Amino acid sequence: MIHRAVAALILAAGVAAASELRPSRDFLSPELRALQDDPSRHPGWLWVEDGEALWQRGERSCQSCHGGIGSMAGVATRYPAVAPDGALLNLEGRIERCRTQQQNEAPFGTESDALLSLTAAIAQSSRGLPMRVATDGPAASFIEQGRRFYETRQGQLNLACGQCHDENAGRRLRGDVISNGLGTGYPAYRLEWNTLGSLHRRLRACSLGVRATQFPLGSPEYLALELFLASRAAGLPVEAPGLRR
Amino acid sequence: MANPIVARITLPDRARRGEVITIRVLVRHPMERAIDAAGLTPLPRKILHRMRVTYADEEVFRADLSQGITANPYIEFTTIAVETGAIVFEWDEDGGATYRREVRLVVT
Amino acid sequence: MTHASRRAVLVLPIAAAALPAAAAEDDMATAERAILAGRTPVATGIAFEMPPLSENGNSVDVAVRIDSPMTPADHVHAIHILSEKNPVPRVVTFTLKPRAGRAEVATRIRLATSQQIIVLAETSAGQVHRAAREVIVVLGACVEGG
Ligand code: HEC
Ligand code: HEC
Repeated sequence: MIHRAVAALILAAGVAAASELRPSRDFLSPELRALQDDPSRHPGWLWVEDGEALWQRGERSCQSCHGGIGSMAGVATRYPAVAPDGALLNLEGRIERCRTQQQNEAPFGTESDALLSLTAAIAQSSRGLPMRVATDGPAASFIEQGRRFYETRQGQLNLACGQCHDENAGRRLRGDVISNGLGTGYPAYRLEWNTLGSLHRRLRACSLGVRATQFPLGSPEYLALELFLASRAAGLPVEAPGLRR
Repeated sequence: MANPIVARITLPDRARRGEVITIRVLVRHPMERAIDAAGLTPLPRKILHRMRVTYADEEVFRADLSQGITANPYIEFTTIAVETGAIVFEWDEDGGATYRREVRLVVT
Repeated sequence: MTHASRRAVLVLPIAAAALPAAAAEDDMATAERAILAGRTPVATGIAFEMPPLSENGNSVDVAVRIDSPMTPADHVHAIHILSEKNPVPRVVTFTLKPRAGRAEVATRIRLATSQQIIVLAETSAGQVHRAAREVIVVLGACVEGG
């Protein structure tokens, strides 16, 4: 099914220049865009609300060190980022570090409700702010790794990410309008999932779509890719929690 | 009463007596159908099958839900602001659990 | 709709076998008859909003409004949403009191496939308002395609 749909696209290699990229919300239908903008109807806010409660919970709460969650405004625009020990951390990874090293608790676990909720609440406090991840210094080699992933043709369909997300952005594929493939709306509530999900979960779906290797959630491959996507999105607004079909 | 439930209830903080207010309710719940995503394996149904709303000593609204309601259900309805007090929301889940949330409305 | 005949074929033998009361509302027509209880519905005074094309059957917005004074003597007391092709035809029933102020509700429903949706609103005066709409579902609610 997808084979035929993809064959109908005019395929040409290449990556769009950053200036041509548009916010993910621009590719949503008017109905979904309105829903993304309305906290009273957007189910993703259930996770934001839960995350704000988790932020204050326990004796050694996140709040006890960081203050109100408002102190996290702008943080999501800088992630993924390289930690002092050289590890590349996305927002989820950064939260898990505080969970294990500051709170001395077992990690929440990838795709757990608690981690998604905290990530959504923290990312939400940057909603509308422009992305600005560091791309130099220790980030440079990760960016290169992510760029190679993005530009390499993969899977049985032998497609690179950019063949859909740059060359064919704005066109329809199955029931979707192809966006520029940015991560700015994640974690996002996808109607198809019936729940909030991480960017890595979405990336696994794209890997499956071209019949390529699906990497684990939190894998080094997807982390480097996430950083490259974030560098592409420089200047574009954080949309999390996104609302997707 | 069972575990807390994540609900997001949107209504004005205050209203004038006699004013009709709109209430929007989102609840985090998978609304598990009696069948899995692939349509193959039967699962026990576990949904919130009823939402009851009580305000000023009277049940003012009720919704009897089936598995045809979305996961993380959304319900919107109206009520007349009659007096300052709690609007109480209760959900009955398959298996007998009941969840409850209160929101205060100030009526001037 | 292309599925209508297949559905009819599936339903007929079941309907022919006398089933216990619990299974009586096996299809939309039966559920509608049960609610109408012999009354003839009117198509006026009711607004039913639903997108004609749904992007994902997991979540379809529906909104219903009935013109009603919502007085103790004359108010809408029940609003039913019925589905033609879901496994359970009676999707939801809202129970309203005069203190609702307006007969106005909205929710989100999941739809297995493209189909007709019917709304019935019962008034305390014994009247039933009826509205029906077709919806095309781009992707069925039961598919997890990634
Ligand atoms: C015992 C104190 C402590 C607790 C508790 C704690 N953190 Fe932290 N957190 C820190 C420190 C120290 C840093 C590193 C600050 C820096 O990078 O300069 C940090 C950094 C962060 C950052 C990155 C901030 C940035 O500007 O890059 C996030 C996000 C974060 N914490 C989230 C959380 C969450 C969520 C929790 C609760 C689950 C939590 N923290 C609990 C001490 C704490
Ligand atoms: C066959 C075309 C195709 C290819 C190849 C493809 N994608 Fe996608 N991708 C889509 C479609 C269609 C969607 C859903 C619509 C949208 O959001 O763009 C999507 C969604 C996404 C999203 C979510 C965007 C959002 O805001 O919800 C991201 C991120 C993404 N893709 C990244 C990638 C990456 C990285 C690759 C390469 C590993 C890739 N995609 C390869 C078609 C493709």
